[in-house]
Amino acid sequence: MTTKYKDVYIADVSTVVGPYEAKGPLSKRFDRSYEDMYFGTDSLETAEVKLMTDSIDILLNKLKKDKSDIDLFIAGDLQNQIATSSYTAGKIKRPFLGIYSACATNTEGLIMASNFLESKTCDEVVVSVSSHNMVAEKQFRNPTEYGAPKPGTATFTATGGASCYLTTKKSKVRIASSTIGIVQDYDQTDPMDMGAVMAPAAANTINDHLNNLDQTVDDYDLILTGDLGIYGKEILIDFMKTEYGIDISNKYNDCGTMLYDLEEQKDVQAGGSGPVCSALVVYSDIIKKLQNKELKRVLYVATGALFNPTMVFQKENILSIAHAISLESVE
Amino acid sequence: MEKKIYDKLVYDHRPQEKRGQNAVIAFLIGGIIGVIGELLVEFYGYYLDISRADASIFMIITLIFLASLFTALGFFDKWVKFAKCGLIIPITGFAHSMTSAAIEYKKEGLVTGLGANMFKLAGTVILYGVVSAYIFGFIRLIIMGGA
Repeated sequence: MTTKYKDVYIADVSTVVGPYEAKGPLSKRFDRSYEDMYFGTDSLETAEVKLMTDSIDILLNKLKKDKSDIDLFIAGDLQNQIATSSYTAGKIKRPFLGIYSACATNTEGLIMASNFLESKTCDEVVVSVSSHNMVAEKQFRNPTEYGAPKPGTATFTATGGASCYLTTKKSKVRIASSTIGIVQDYDQTDPMDMGAVMAPAAANTINDHLNNLDQTVDDYDLILTGDLGIYGKEILIDFMKTEYGIDISNKYNDCGTMLYDLEEQKDVQAGGSGPVCSALVVYSDIIKKLQNKELKRVLYVATGALFNPTMVFQKENILSIAHAISLESVE
Repeated sequence: MEKKIYDKLVYDHRPQEKRGQNAVIAFLIGGIIGVIGELLVEFYGYYLDISRADASIFMIITLIFLASLFTALGFFDKWVKFAKCGLIIPITGFAHSMTSAAIEYKKEGLVTGLGANMFKLAGTVILYGVVSAYIFGFIRLIIMGGA
C-alpha cells in the first residue's frame, strides 16, 4: 500500500548512542554518547529507557518545545512487550501508540505519524525508537558475558535512542510518500543470518513503491535499507536484478554497514542491526544532507526480521517485513 | 522467486567460516587447559599428599573457580570469542555458562532471577550428562559386570 503526502514535514531529529556507536564513522554527528552500557542506571533495561527519554529531551530542547506540545507519541523497541517505549511514554504522559516491526519499527512509526498528520488528526507527532545491544542479546540469544562465537553473517544490535519530530508546518525536509510492506517467508531459519531473512522483504517493498508511484531508481539519489549487513546487501542487489530486472547497485547503501567501521570494529561481524540502527544513520547523516540539499530524494526502507525465539525453536521459519518512506528536501 | 533458487542465492553470498583455523585454535587452547589440569593434579598430589582421585577433584574446583572469577571480572567472554570450543568444552566452559547467566539475571532477584536462570545454559549439560552416565553405567554393568 503506497500513500502520497502533501503536508508532512520533519522539524528536527535527535540521536543518543552507546560507546560502540560513538567509535564508528558517524561518531561526531550524534547529539549525545555514553561511555558505558548502563548510562548511570541500575540495569540494562532501564538504561534503554534512558536512551529513549534522553533522545526526546534533546529533541524538545532543540525545538524549544514542551512535552505538552506533542499531540501523539509513537514508539517501538526490541524489548519484550516493547517495555522501553511504554516506560518512556509513562514519563512523557502524552497520547501514546506502541508499535513493533522489529528493525522496521522506525519507518512503521514514521508512516503512522505521516498518516495522522496528513489527515489533520493532529499537528505534532514524535516518533521514537531504541535498542540496546546487551538487552537484545540477553533476550534473544545467550547471556552477554558468555561471548558465544558467531558466524560472519551475524549482525550486532546497535545501542541508541533516536527521535523524530514531525509536523504539518513547513521545514527543510518532508516525507513525500510511503509504502507499507507485506510479510515475506522464504523458508529462512537461521537467526545468525538476518540479512538473508530480510532481503526479500526489502526487494518486495522497493519494487512495490516504485511501481505504485510509477517511478524508477533514477528518481532517487539514494536507496537505503535498514540493516541487511554486508551479505544481505549483496543478496538484495542480486534479488532485485533477477526477480524484478531493477539494478539498484549504484544508488544503494545499507545503514547496517554505515553505522560502524567494519574494518576496525570486527565485533559487529556483518554490520549493525536493531530498530535504532537505521534511525541513527538516517537522522545523524541523511537528514542533514537533505537539509543542506546535498541529497534531494532518498528512499528509506527499514527492514525487520520478525524473529521470535520460541517459534524458531519450534522449527518455524523466520518472517520478515520492510516499510519504505520517501524523504525529500524542500525547495 | 522460488525458495530453492533463493536458497542458492543466499548460499552464494555466505562467507566461508575459517573452520580449519578455529579447530586448530580450539585444539591448542583445549590442550593447554588439559596440561594446566594435569599440572594442578600433580601439584595437589605432591604438596597436599592426597590420592590422584582427590587431587583431580581439587583441580576441577580450581579451574571452575578461575573460570567463574574471570567471567565475573569481565574478560573471559573475550577469551571465549577467540578460543571458542577450546574454552567451552572443558570444565571452564561449564563454569563460565553458569556465572555469565548468574551475572545477567542478578537484577531480577535471587529467586526469580539468579536462581531461575543460572542453569539456563548449563541445565542441558547436567540433564543429559546424568542421563548418559546412567545409560553407560548400565551398559558397563551388563557387559563388564560392574568392573
